[in-house]
Amino acid sequence: MYPSRFRYEAPRSLDEAIVTLRDGGDYAKVLAGGQSLVPMMKLRFASPELLVDINNVPGLDYHRTDPDGTLRIGALCRHADLERSTLLTSTQPTMAAAAPLIADPIVRSRGTLVGSVCHADPQGDWASVVLALGGSVVAQGPRGRRTIPVADFVTGPFETVLEPDEIVVEALIPPATGARAGGYLKLERRVGDFATVGVAVALEMSGATVTRAGIALTGVGGSTIGATEAASALTGQTLTGQTIEMAAGLAGDAARPRTDHRGSAAYKRHMVRTFVTRILNRAGGST
Amino acid sequence: MTMVYEDPGDEATDVPMRRIKFTVNGQKKIAEVEPRLLLSHLIRRGLGLTGTHMGCDTTNCGACTVLVDGRPVKSCTMLAVQVDGRVISTVEGLATASELHPLQEGFKEEHGLQCGFCTPGMMMAAKALLDENPDPSEEDVRWALSGNLCRCTGYQNIVKSVLWAADKLRAEG
Repeated sequence: MYPSRFRYEAPRSLDEAIVTLRDGGDYAKVLAGGQSLVPMMKLRFASPELLVDINNVPGLDYHRTDPDGTLRIGALCRHADLERSTLLTSTQPTMAAAAPLIADPIVRSRGTLVGSVCHADPQGDWASVVLALGGSVVAQGPRGRRTIPVADFVTGPFETVLEPDEIVVEALIPPATGARAGGYLKLERRVGDFATVGVAVALEMSGATVTRAGIALTGVGGSTIGATEAASALTGQTLTGQTIEMAAGLAGDAARPRTDHRGSAAYKRHMVRTFVTRILNRAGGST
Repeated sequence: MTMVYEDPGDEATDVPMRRIKFTVNGQKKIAEVEPRLLLSHLIRRGLGLTGTHMGCDTTNCGACTVLVDGRPVKSCTMLAVQVDGRVISTVEGLATASELHPLQEGFKEEHGLQCGFCTPGMMMAAKALLDENPDPSEEDVRWALSGNLCRCTGYQNIVKSVLWAADKLRAEG
């Protein structure tokens, strides 16, 4: 299968990339890892007239923590970099749990977190993780940089508020005020399949008390779903059988699953509850 | 090398060719490619290295796995134009003129293939693993090969083959 014909540019700086992108108008796309875009172009679901390949732009492959605790993930940081990151295993339990579950090992060596968030696939895992953590993306364009919370960034399936001449240069995870806990669980038929159901839970704890909670759901609606009521129900609480059951029920209510070849709507909603319960039980110290 | 393209028959939509330079299995190459040419097609048709197999063409099966700058990629999901300035390794680069690579020996010794279609991709994914982790556990091997599908073997002997190769490579130092 071939993509339809397009022009290709591989700029060597961000400024050059933005100028090139602007010249391409509405029919240009940014190519980073290409693990979603190239398959979509081969299937002719996407037919950009211009591809702006940013893989030769230096200095975008980082993930690092600022002195204030903000985590920054550059546009060319690959899933595999995050999977092997000791920084994540020591400071970001939700992200560390998700990284090895993205696609398969070979796709992970090319694909990027930022690209996954920008692709805005309702079955994309990273968008849920970043949403649960209250994260943002930083978009750079001819008018400068702007920071967009992921909650406002994704507007629908494969749709974001990104302007055609903007490039997302990094994702930001805000610092935690307490000790982080949480995780990511994904139900998939086999390695590399899209999520039947994915659940991201990000907690900040002060002792046994939850000071901040974020819960987000993958693959059970038209876009990534923030289960805000479920998260609110945990804030200020300790993790007990009762609070966990409450949060799991509310998260299940927030899901908008559809019956398809991966399972019935009822089954998927049940799995949302199960995954929320499982992650919270582990965070609370019981299994 | 010669790649032949359809002529759109329209001056305005002339094929936007790019010249790229790259290294494949230690040899430097120059190619003229249309940007939409996939890396897998550059390797198979342009270079004639047909050891890299096209299975699913949808980023699932991993039969087309090659190494680009040492990292495994599904070559059906990368554009040929993107390897400009980069180093590609394919299955043909594993053996020397007189000697099989320990991975190839391992697949022979442990009966790691039946039809053989997935084998080149398995070997290249395994090469990426062993380059990074010379002493993998069985679990490590299974994890590293989880993006490569085999419909014959049930994977048991493939995993044994890779562990065999790891032992041999470590023994050779």
